[in-house]
Amino acid sequence: MNVLVFLIPVSVTLGLLGLGGFVWTLRSRQYEDPEGDRERILDDRWDDTPKP
Amino acid sequence: MTMACPGCVAVPLEREIAPTASDIVLHLPDIHCAACIATVEDGLGALSGVRDVRVNLTQKRAFVSAAAGTDADRLIAALAGLGHRAQVLDGNTLAGQGAAGQDLLMRIGVAGFAMMNVMLLSVAVWSGAADTTRHVFHLIAAAIALPAVAFSARPFFASAFRALSVGRLNMDVPIALAIGLSAAVSLAGALGVSDRASWFDAALALTFFLLIGRYLDHLGRHAAKSAAADLAALASPQAILVQGGRDSVVRADVLVPGDVIRVTPGSRIPADGVILEGRTELDCAALTGETRPDLRSVGQDVAAGEMNLTAPLLVRCTRAGTDTTLRRLSDLIASAEMQKSRYAGLADRAARLYAPAVHLLGLLAFFGWWWASLDAGRALEVAISVLVITCPCALGLAVPAVSTVTTARLFRLGLLVKSRTALERLSEVDEVVFDKTGTLTTGVPVLENLPSDAHLALAAGLAVGSSHPLSRAISAAAGLRSLTPVVVRDVQEIAGCGVTASLDGQPVRLGRPAWVAPGVAAPDASEVWLQRGEGAQAVFRFAEALRPEAAACITALRADGIRVALLSGDAPEAVARIADGLDFDEVQARMTPEGKVAWLQARAAAGRRVLMVGDGLNDTGALAVAHASLAPSTALDAARSLADVVLLSDSLMPVREALAQSRKARSRMGQNMALALGYNLISVPLALAGLATPLIAAIAMSTSSLTVSANAMRPSK
Repeated sequence: MNVLVFLIPVSVTLGLLGLGGFVWTLRSRQYEDPEGDRERILDDRWDDTPKP
Repeated sequence: MTMACPGCVAVPLEREIAPTASDIVLHLPDIHCAACIATVEDGLGALSGVRDVRVNLTQKRAFVSAAAGTDADRLIAALAGLGHRAQVLDGNTLAGQGAAGQDLLMRIGVAGFAMMNVMLLSVAVWSGAADTTRHVFHLIAAAIALPAVAFSARPFFASAFRALSVGRLNMDVPIALAIGLSAAVSLAGALGVSDRASWFDAALALTFFLLIGRYLDHLGRHAAKSAAADLAALASPQAILVQGGRDSVVRADVLVPGDVIRVTPGSRIPADGVILEGRTELDCAALTGETRPDLRSVGQDVAAGEMNLTAPLLVRCTRAGTDTTLRRLSDLIASAEMQKSRYAGLADRAARLYAPAVHLLGLLAFFGWWWASLDAGRALEVAISVLVITCPCALGLAVPAVSTVTTARLFRLGLLVKSRTALERLSEVDEVVFDKTGTLTTGVPVLENLPSDAHLALAAGLAVGSSHPLSRAISAAAGLRSLTPVVVRDVQEIAGCGVTASLDGQPVRLGRPAWVAPGVAAPDASEVWLQRGEGAQAVFRFAEALRPEAAACITALRADGIRVALLSGDAPEAVARIADGLDFDEVQARMTPEGKVAWLQARAAAGRRVLMVGDGLNDTGALAVAHASLAPSTALDAARSLADVVLLSDSLMPVREALAQSRKARSRMGQNMALALGYNLISVPLALAGLATPLIAAIAMSTSSLTVSANAMRPSK
């Protein structure tokens, strides 16, 4: 069972990474316009160069 | 990545929360696809002074960051050229709306993360981990769960504390008890004080599911609030204040009695007052429902909400701001609002029964087990399992999940649901009452007969500068036939009569029959004559245009077994003209605002649940006393802010759809409540018998929450 000494910190860290990712998406306002984001994938204005 | 305190992170940076003061927020009711987004963003971005444009399709808004002094009207004109309708929203009213939702989302995220990790540890314990492993797992679970519960469940603790500190019980008291007690007992287990089972996962699962319910509820409330803010922002009427010989544009609500204001043709009068200068025709349809313009001159009173049609006016305010004509109805409205806010929704009624029942059960379980087993720890554990299992996860989701889904569905149909209990009240409606002017009709007259092209082009030449509705109708008709208005000179608008001009040295007159050709018997007021020199008169006849699908909507409503009535403040002839082709159960003309209220109260006393559809100030009282109310988006702001639902589309058909959808939603809510109660009926006896383990609690909680949500999302039909 000694392997748990590594596995538990690893699993908790991975979980925290996920939580960090969620916090990042929330802070960068990715939940504010779900419908717009769904449509924007069809937008070809910035295909060649990214939006300045 | 640096991990910050989630509490601080949940409060977004100030820059991100809402546009700054120099920014312009536009409401774009028609956008719906990627092409619209691209057109709007590129079209606005190309204008000078515009720094950045971001379209939000979900909210149907465009956030424009622009150099100071950029005129919003220029943006709207540019959008009109691209084929998009737009209205300016008042950025100040909208500021700071999203923060509460972000906060809840953050708490859901933290609770979800902690629940998953603790659940993994619990699975190991449930499947037989023992001794040191079990103990270590308990400690790790405690380390994850306690901070997570402290952060995520704070809304429940805060609300329960507020209720208890004023000596009341609310839905959050048993929730806070269940979460707090189960965390405390599990902590005692983890520290080795007792060897009770770990309830950490239950505490977190409770928090997680309840927060989701709370978030959905918030979305509904937020939708209502933001709809109201949208509409308030749309309205923010402005006035031109004349002070020391200079004109300045101010918000209408800062006017005080004694101010002198200028009212240009084509704008609404912002405050009650007396005319100091000018003679004009006023369109009072919003106040009285009458379609015929009224002639007023110096010394006569004007009321807020009336539309100035022909000539500029100087008005001295007598009553302004919130103190205008609306006051006449305000007592009535206040009492009706009271009645409406007393309407208890399904969720409220369930909550009222629920809180005492749960406390009683928990207490009974505790004392029962204590008496039977003389083991306080065991009794406390059973009491906690009862509290956890009866916790209203599914109950809290049952109603908000359905209203969220239905509100979104109605929004796609062009209906904005503003009130939280509106869906439930709409589902009970068995009679629909329409107002005429502006509701059943578009409120804009259209040319009915077919004058020759030459006459129409000449009339359009005279009408081009006028904002009189009949002039506009002529211009619109000429535009439809792609006629170029004839260029005339010396155009002069004579209030109450018509327009004169000269063409090739000959006088031309367009206006009231009695004024154009005195002595000839004038047939009807909704006719305008055109005369060039001494030649024969050309006749232009006008009719009110019905909204699209008005007839179909009324027929469909009657087919659904709903009574349909028409209450109008207009003259009986005008009402009869409109009502003739339509299939009404009852038609009333010349109704005063008080008359409409009395009529509705009589219906309510007879046990009917009436939906009032109206748009004018004369409908506000009726909108307030009706069981449910609906206003078109073209309505005056007073009417829109009172209505439960705002109709965004021009067509009336969504009215029927709103009733149908709300009935479906209502039955779905009932099913959900039954499902939630069903789960409790099975699991509560288990808990009381002391058989409920954390595993059973976890299964019962998740399955009931998932079934209820899935039932809400299930597509209808």
